[in-house]
Amino acid sequence: MRRSKYIRPAHLENGSDKPRLTTSAMIASIAGPDQPTKPAPFGNALAALAHKDDGIVGMTADLAKYTDLHVFRSAHPDRFYQMGMAEQLLMMSAAGMAREGFQPWVTTYAVFASRRAYDFICLAIAEVMLDVKIVCALPGLTTGYGPSHQATEDLAMFRGMPNLTILDPCDASEIEQAVPAIAAHKGPVYMRLLRGNVPLVLDEYGYKFELGKAKLIRDGKDTLIISSGLMTMRALEAAKHLQKDGVDAAVLHVPTIKPLDEGTIVAECRKGGRLVVVAENHTVIGGLGEAVAGTLLRAGVLPPAFRQIGLPDEFLEAGALPTLHDQYGLSTLKVTEAVKGWLSK
Amino acid sequence: MTQIGHNIALTERARRIRRHALRMGEVQGQGYIAQALGVADILAVSYFHATNYRSEDPEWEDRDRFLLSIGHYAIALYAALIEAKIVPEDELETYGTDDSRLPMSGMAAYTPGMEITGGSLGHGLGIAVGMALALKRKKSSSFIYNLFSDGELDEGSTWEAAMSAGSYKLDNLIGIVDVNQMQADGPSIGVLNFEPLAPKFEAFGWLVQRVDGNDIDALVAAFDAARNYVEAKPRIIICDTKMAKGVPFLEARDRNHFLRVEPHEWAEALRIIDAGAEA
Repeated sequence: MRRSKYIRPAHLENGSDKPRLTTSAMIASIAGPDQPTKPAPFGNALAALAHKDDGIVGMTADLAKYTDLHVFRSAHPDRFYQMGMAEQLLMMSAAGMAREGFQPWVTTYAVFASRRAYDFICLAIAEVMLDVKIVCALPGLTTGYGPSHQATEDLAMFRGMPNLTILDPCDASEIEQAVPAIAAHKGPVYMRLLRGNVPLVLDEYGYKFELGKAKLIRDGKDTLIISSGLMTMRALEAAKHLQKDGVDAAVLHVPTIKPLDEGTIVAECRKGGRLVVVAENHTVIGGLGEAVAGTLLRAGVLPPAFRQIGLPDEFLEAGALPTLHDQYGLSTLKVTEAVKGWLSK
Repeated sequence: MTQIGHNIALTERARRIRRHALRMGEVQGQGYIAQALGVADILAVSYFHATNYRSEDPEWEDRDRFLLSIGHYAIALYAALIEAKIVPEDELETYGTDDSRLPMSGMAAYTPGMEITGGSLGHGLGIAVGMALALKRKKSSSFIYNLFSDGELDEGSTWEAAMSAGSYKLDNLIGIVDVNQMQADGPSIGVLNFEPLAPKFEAFGWLVQRVDGNDIDALVAAFDAARNYVEAKPRIIICDTKMAKGVPFLEARDRNHFLRVEPHEWAEALRIIDAGAEA
């Protein structure tokens, strides 16, 4: 419940001098202070791939700079198409490009691709199985700008679209590997994008991305955390904290949301009575959590308990991202506390 | 053939397109038959005067692309594709039936010669923009035609595409708007007033022509002008057409967006169209 707009900030009334974080840029960094990062992994990977494949073109709706497509634009200016701030046109014209044999990579924000251009992706691209790659920044809660920019339900919407492959990568290394993998997959793909200086997380676990595969990144006997996107980073950090408290947490990373690697998910959930937690940077409605729940029910696999970490079914507040991740339970601290709480019951 | 002789041949093509459409309409007993009759002259000039294609190879790389944005007009395009021998004539009787290649709303995956999936209105012009950009990348000299309806002028996506085509100076793109003044809820400009239409497209950087869309001579001249214009601009031909053109008792119905025709009336409509051949 939001505070009434007629009530002033509390600290101005009660004189509290507790420090308050600022919202800062539209796309706040999700990297921790000492975390290794890599700049623009998507833009660099696409620019490199395009040197080998002259069928690749880049298209955007006035967001090259904010989706790292500016790297591609600099490397291949003659293959970059600025379509203007017109997301419907972006998808239609990408469909036209793909019809003529090119492989368009289109970028915008996830809110605009999902809410504004859905019909155009659905009918002009997916229904005809065109080879268009849709790569979108600001997935879930990765900005403090409020609901206009927070794509909290993009996966729920896109999961309902036939033919569409859906990715939610975790880190810079995974994005770099995903770019050539989805280029090789002939068909429409929606990929959630982390842009700017993107954390490097998975290399230390020897992880290799494979399209359509869920991978166990660490094993553990007490709980199994199934996660995608940046929540895999949070789950791995939480697992380290839990270890110190004697809790042994496994983390199963599911970068491909659709088609879902049901075999691996069912096999992991069948292993010895572990609490199953699904953690996602998305509303708890219609995303990875409900996808896993449905998979387990259909397979007749019932873990001792099933819990979801995700965003509530609400329009979220504006503010500083770390504050919001704490408030909505996505921070490492909150994930750690939630798992401990569920295990102690 | 002389120009006059050529245009007479186009008139006969249009008559036959109307005939094919009526025969398909008879299979269903109803449908978007008034639109098909109204747009038959445009399709005759498009397919038998202005468009390069190979009947036996609908995906021939050097063809001009003809995109039907208005999926509901599929019956009209099927009639043209049959007349162009891209679809065999004996498939007429399967129109809108199970297992047919001629579904009620046009889809790229079903029908040879159907370039795009229309029907969610306001898609065609934007896809045409992408294809026009792609043909330029390929240094192709083919044209992209997009037939869309006055109803689709209500869709914002049409105007995104119109602005983009002007911005990119897509001189290989020819839009054709069928202004038949009828939408699902009634006369088009009463649903949402898009007039004055020609100045809108001119302001968006297009070469604009507005013609009687049931006048073969005027259509031939407009398509020739659109193809031969030298300035780098997209081109649009605004075609004012008459719903159910050629069958007076259907023209007279004031609500003819989706016509229900009595069984005996199909024969009467065909008799009228066939009489045109003898005249």
